[in-house]
Amino acid sequence: MPKSNSDNPGELLKILVIDERPIRRAILEEGLREAGFKNVMSLDTAAALVQQIYTLDPDVVLIDLENPSRDVLEQMFQVSRAVRRPIAMFVDHSDKATIEAAIDAGVSAYIVDGLKKERVRPILDMTISRFRAFDRMRTELEEAKTALKDRKLVEKAKGILMKSRGLDEAAAYALLRKAAMAQGKRIADVAEGLITTFDLLKD
Amino acid sequence: MAEDTTERRVVDREVHAGFIPLVDCAPLVIASELGFDRQFGFTFHLHREVSWANIRDKLDVGVLDCAHMLAPMPIAATLGLGRATEPVIAPMSLSLNGNAITVSRALYTEMCARDVAAMGGDGMAAARAVAAVVRSRAGSGQEPLTLGMVYPFSCHNYDLRYWLASAGVDPDNDVNLVVIPPPLLSESLKAGRVDGFCVGQPWNSVSVAEGRGVIVATKNELWPMSPEKVLGVREAWADANGELLADIVRALTFACRWLDVPANRVAAAAILSRREYVNVSEDILLRPLTGRLDSGLAERPIVDEDAVVFHRDGANFPWRSHAVWIITQMIRWGQAREPFDIMALAERVYRPDIYRAAVDALGVTVPESDFKDEGKVASTSLPQASFFGGDEFDPAHALGYLKGVPIRAVTADIEAFAEYNP
Repeated sequence: MPKSNSDNPGELLKILVIDERPIRRAILEEGLREAGFKNVMSLDTAAALVQQIYTLDPDVVLIDLENPSRDVLEQMFQVSRAVRRPIAMFVDHSDKATIEAAIDAGVSAYIVDGLKKERVRPILDMTISRFRAFDRMRTELEEAKTALKDRKLVEKAKGILMKSRGLDEAAAYALLRKAAMAQGKRIADVAEGLITTFDLLKD
Repeated sequence: MAEDTTERRVVDREVHAGFIPLVDCAPLVIASELGFDRQFGFTFHLHREVSWANIRDKLDVGVLDCAHMLAPMPIAATLGLGRATEPVIAPMSLSLNGNAITVSRALYTEMCARDVAAMGGDGMAAARAVAAVVRSRAGSGQEPLTLGMVYPFSCHNYDLRYWLASAGVDPDNDVNLVVIPPPLLSESLKAGRVDGFCVGQPWNSVSVAEGRGVIVATKNELWPMSPEKVLGVREAWADANGELLADIVRALTFACRWLDVPANRVAAAAILSRREYVNVSEDILLRPLTGRLDSGLAERPIVDEDAVVFHRDGANFPWRSHAVWIITQMIRWGQAREPFDIMALAERVYRPDIYRAAVDALGVTVPESDFKDEGKVASTSLPQASFFGGDEFDPAHALGYLKGVPIRAVTADIEAFAEYNP
């Protein structure tokens, strides 16, 4: 329900998020709602974008930089009879630090013509920080996956050494570590090499 | 990433270059893959981008040092159209031609039904058939046609508009002109969201291969040897890295020369087809690269040796007359409204001086003049052919030319420019 916008002007702004990554979209939507922006819509597909924007009539559009539909929004800079209100890019040349931050985070923002930038500033700041949070999360997830994979490789290589060389677990690990140090490689890489060789020599 | 606003001098000669997956990104890819960059003492790091807006913004903030750009983009950037950025210059052209106009099978059938004579002619004549369809739809109260292109500041946009206007169709009022990202074009054609489009290769050939489109005009039929892609660099970056820029221009010129040897086009297709480059099958890339295009009609194959030109006949020379023509189209269609000195802008953005100085010692033939007329027979020593079906363009009389074009946006104010362009 629209209320007076004097105490919470953000609540009335219609924000459209276009992002093909569902998790990042959810993170951003949640952040915006927590910050008091209740009117958040999202699209995951770029199909018929102009039509959708015409229907939704957003004040602010946030779009990820991996989305080829950015060029569709660029067309709306032009006066187009397909759009009621022309849109403009949020950041201009005078605001280079923000452009750099947004590009670095992988997002871009557009606002309808005539909207005061101060009203939108917190939205863009929030978007940039949530995009970065998503990146960190993804990096941590990648690292966790790698660590798990590494551990499995080392376990398997140890098993091979214990069986073929009659070593105990500690000695098998020490041998792997020694080989890794001698070759200047990671233990997991030496383990992987050993497993591959073993598989080749088998039968 | 640039942290300050002062221009970075690239000391390590590691050059970050952006490109959009299109056949004509080949000069950057080939320079990097075949080592023309190392030959001139620098290393390209190529960045595949998904939108022209990304190219513009990343070049602006210095994430990219240079980029594969649509010929109008440096002019738009320097004028501050779309979004104001650092001024950008074009020290060389990367390719000529390469575009085509493709229509859906349904629209093709309708065009044949409305004007069979026009459909028996060339690519310019096909515009008359589209015009007949547009009139017939308007007369019977049907939805107007929706036609696509890929960026407002592109030759695709200007080519499509010119083509439509030549047959009396007002692109702003008689049809819906929309932007569609290239990878979505074929699907949009099938879904009926768009009836036709003007785009760079391989996307026309992709639509044909998928059985959804018919190529009705190639760029070479509209305007032979016409501007398409340029190398874009920030003006301030060029000033701070003059020697490096000269080496980049040399390496790209060598890559373009290699690309124009017909025997090399097959190898080029194999490289470009890779996932990190265009990511489209070799078979489809070979069509524009060998000039053997499937139009979508078995009885009408297109043989066009100039489907995309990378080097020969002065193709790398950044003609200031090309810049002037592009500016006239920006004015014609209401993109550039604040009046300015057209010639001064063309001279600031298109920099044949840099190109000449860079390739002087390489034995590359360079034209003496920075300008050439279009559409006039024997006006230069270069091969001449018709310019948009018999029009003439004299860069010294840009406003006179603009006054003579049949259709322009209502917002185009040619008189306002007269004061700055006596």
